[in-house]
Amino acid sequence: MSFFDIIQILDSTIRLATPLLLACLAGLFSERSGIVDIGLEGKMLVAAFFSAAVAALTGDVWLGMLAGIAASMVFALIHGVASITFRGDQLISGVAINFLAAGMTVLIAQDWFQQGSRTPALTGEARFDTLDLPFAEALSGVPFLGPLYADALSGHTILVYVGFLAVPATWWVLFRTRFGLRLRAVGENPGAVDTAGVSVNRLRYAAVLIAGLLCGLAGAYLATGLAAGFTKDMTAGRGFIALAALIFAKWRPWYALFACLLFGFLQALSNRYSTLDLGLIEIPNAFVLALPYILTVVILAGFVGRATPPRAGGEPYIKER
Amino acid sequence: MQKLPKWADVGLIPAINLALALIVSGLVVSLIGQDPFEALAIMVRGAVGSTYGWGYTLYYATNFVFTGLAVAIAFHAKLFNIGGEGQAQLGSLGVALVCLAVPWPHWTLALPSAIVGGALFGAAWAAIPGYLQAKRGSHIVITTIMFNFIASALLVYLLVGALKAPGMAPETVRFPEGARLPSAQEILAVVGIPFSRTPLNISFLVALIACWGVWLLLWRMRLGYEIRAFGHSEPAARYAGISPLRITMLTMLISGALAGLMGINAVMGEQERLLQDNVLGAGFVGIAVALMGRSHPVGVLLAAILFGALYQGGAELEFETSVPREMVVVIQALVILFTGALDGMVRGPLEKSFLRFRNKPKPGVPAE
Repeated sequence: MSFFDIIQILDSTIRLATPLLLACLAGLFSERSGIVDIGLEGKMLVAAFFSAAVAALTGDVWLGMLAGIAASMVFALIHGVASITFRGDQLISGVAINFLAAGMTVLIAQDWFQQGSRTPALTGEARFDTLDLPFAEALSGVPFLGPLYADALSGHTILVYVGFLAVPATWWVLFRTRFGLRLRAVGENPGAVDTAGVSVNRLRYAAVLIAGLLCGLAGAYLATGLAAGFTKDMTAGRGFIALAALIFAKWRPWYALFACLLFGFLQALSNRYSTLDLGLIEIPNAFVLALPYILTVVILAGFVGRATPPRAGGEPYIKER
Repeated sequence: MQKLPKWADVGLIPAINLALALIVSGLVVSLIGQDPFEALAIMVRGAVGSTYGWGYTLYYATNFVFTGLAVAIAFHAKLFNIGGEGQAQLGSLGVALVCLAVPWPHWTLALPSAIVGGALFGAAWAAIPGYLQAKRGSHIVITTIMFNFIASALLVYLLVGALKAPGMAPETVRFPEGARLPSAQEILAVVGIPFSRTPLNISFLVALIACWGVWLLLWRMRLGYEIRAFGHSEPAARYAGISPLRITMLTMLISGALAGLMGINAVMGEQERLLQDNVLGAGFVGIAVALMGRSHPVGVLLAAILFGALYQGGAELEFETSVPREMVVVIQALVILFTGALDGMVRGPLEKSFLRFRNKPKPGVPAE
C-alpha cells in the first residue's frame, strides 16, 4: 500500500463519511429530544430521490437540494405527528417511514421517468461541483502534508464541508444555547421541562424537523454529489450505519464525527480491496462491511465503554395522568 | 375498566385502520395516473381469481405466518423483534445445511430434520440479542437491526466461499431429490383436485400447526402465561417469581426459531438451494402482519393471507399495468403506519364515542 493509495482511501473515506455524518447528526437531534428515529434511512432515500429528480427536471442542483430537504421534512413531520401528537410507537413509525420511502421513490421514479426506477444521469449544473480549498494548488508540493491537504481534504463538493461544519454547529446548539439545553432536558426528563412552562411537544417537533433537514442534506449529497442520479434503494443501509454510529458515539456530536469517519473508512476499504491481506491473516470483504454493526453490538453490550441513551427516549410524553 | 368492547378492539379498529391505509393507497395509485378501482380489481383477480393465484397467495402467506408469529410472540413479552429478516436468513442457512448434509432418501425424513435445523439456526441468531437485552440492557431493537446486517454479510461470505456451487452465481448446489417437498399440486392430485403448478407446498400445513402451537403456548401453558405476565408488567412478573432473564431468552429463542422456519418454505419448498437472499423482506412483512393480527395466531394467519394476496396481486398489477410491484411496499408501509404508529388517531375518538354511548342511561332501566 503506497502513500498514494492512502491518500486515495482517505479521500473516499471523507466522501463516504459525509452522508453518514449528516444522518447521524439528524438522529442526534431527534434522539436527544426523546424521539427515537429508525427512519433515517427512509428520509435519506426520499431526499435522494427528490433532489435527483428535481435536479434532473430543472437542471439546477440547488432546487434539487431544496426539494430533497422538503421531502425529507414531510416524512419527518409524519414521524412527528405519529409519535408526538398521537403518541404512537416511535419504532413502528420509523419502520413504516422506511418502507414508505422505499416504495414511493420507485413508484414516482417509474411514473416520472420510465427508466426502471431511476432518474436520468445528472450532468453539469444538475450536480454539485467540487470546491478547491484555498492554496490547495500551492501547497500540494509540500511533502506529506501537501498531498494530504490538496488531494484528500480539498476537492469535495460543498455538502461535504457543510457536513463537517455541522459538527461544531450541532455541538454549539446543543451545549451552548438555551434551545439546546431544553432539547437535551426534554429527552431526559420531559416532565421537568413541562413544569418549567416550556412546551414539550414544540421542542420535540423542532428536533424532529431539524432531523428532517439534516437527512435531506444527506440524501441530496448521496444522489447529486456522491452519485450522479437516483437508483432504487441507493441508501443501501446507510441510515442504519448512521444509527450505529450514533450509538457508537454515545449520542455526542464530536464522537459522532469520529464514528462516522471510522465507518466511512471501513466502507472505503471494502470498496477498494476484495480481501484485506494483513500478512498473517486475510480478512474477507464481508467482514469489513459488517464491522460497523459488530462494533455497535459490542459497544451496546457494554463490554467496551457504556452507551447510555437519553432516558426518556422512545416514550411518548403524556401531560396529564 | 375496559374502554372498548372486545369486538371493537379486535375487529372494528383494525378494519378502520386497514380502510384508511387502502384509501391512501388508492390516492397514491390515482396520483400516478391509474384507476384505483381497476387496480384493485386486477389485484383481487390476480390473487384469488384462480388456483394459480391462490397457490402463490398461500405460498407467500406461509412465509408471513412464520415471520408474523415470530414478531407476535415477542410482542407479548413487550419485546420488539425487528430481526426476523436476519433470523430467517440464518434459518434458511440451517435448512440448507441440513438438506445438503445427507443424501435424503425421502422428504418425510428430510422435513423434520430441516425444521430442526432452521429453528435452531434462527433461534441461535435471536439468542445473542436476547441475552444482551436481558443481561446487559442493550436495546433489542438496535441489536436485532444490527444482526440483520451481520446475517446478510455472513451469507454473502459463505456463498462466495465455502458453500458456493461451481459456476458464476453465488448460490449452493441444488438439494438432493429426496429433500424435495411435495407441492400442493401433487398433494391435491392424490384426492383428484386439479391445482395449478405453484410453489405452494406442504410447509403451509407446518405454518398452520405453528399457529396452533403458538396459541397453545400463549394461552394454555404456564410459559405462555409467564410471557404475557412479563409483557404486561415486568415488576409484577418479577414479584411473582418470574425470571426476566429466563422469559426474555425463551421468548427470543422461540421467536427466532419461528422466523427461522420460514426457510423450509422459501428454501426447501421453492428454490431448493440457498441464495444470497431467500427472505426478500418477509421478515419485515412479519411486523405488519403481527400488528394487523393483534399478535393473535388467528389474526396473524388472516393478516398473512391478506399480505400474501397483496404480494401476488402486486405482481399481477405490475404485469398488467405500469404500476411497479413496489406499490405493495407502499401499502405495507401504510398498513404499518395506520395500524401501528397512528393507532391512537383512531382509537382515541372511538373510545370517547363509546364511553359517551355507554354512559347514557338506557331508557326503561333506572339509573343507579
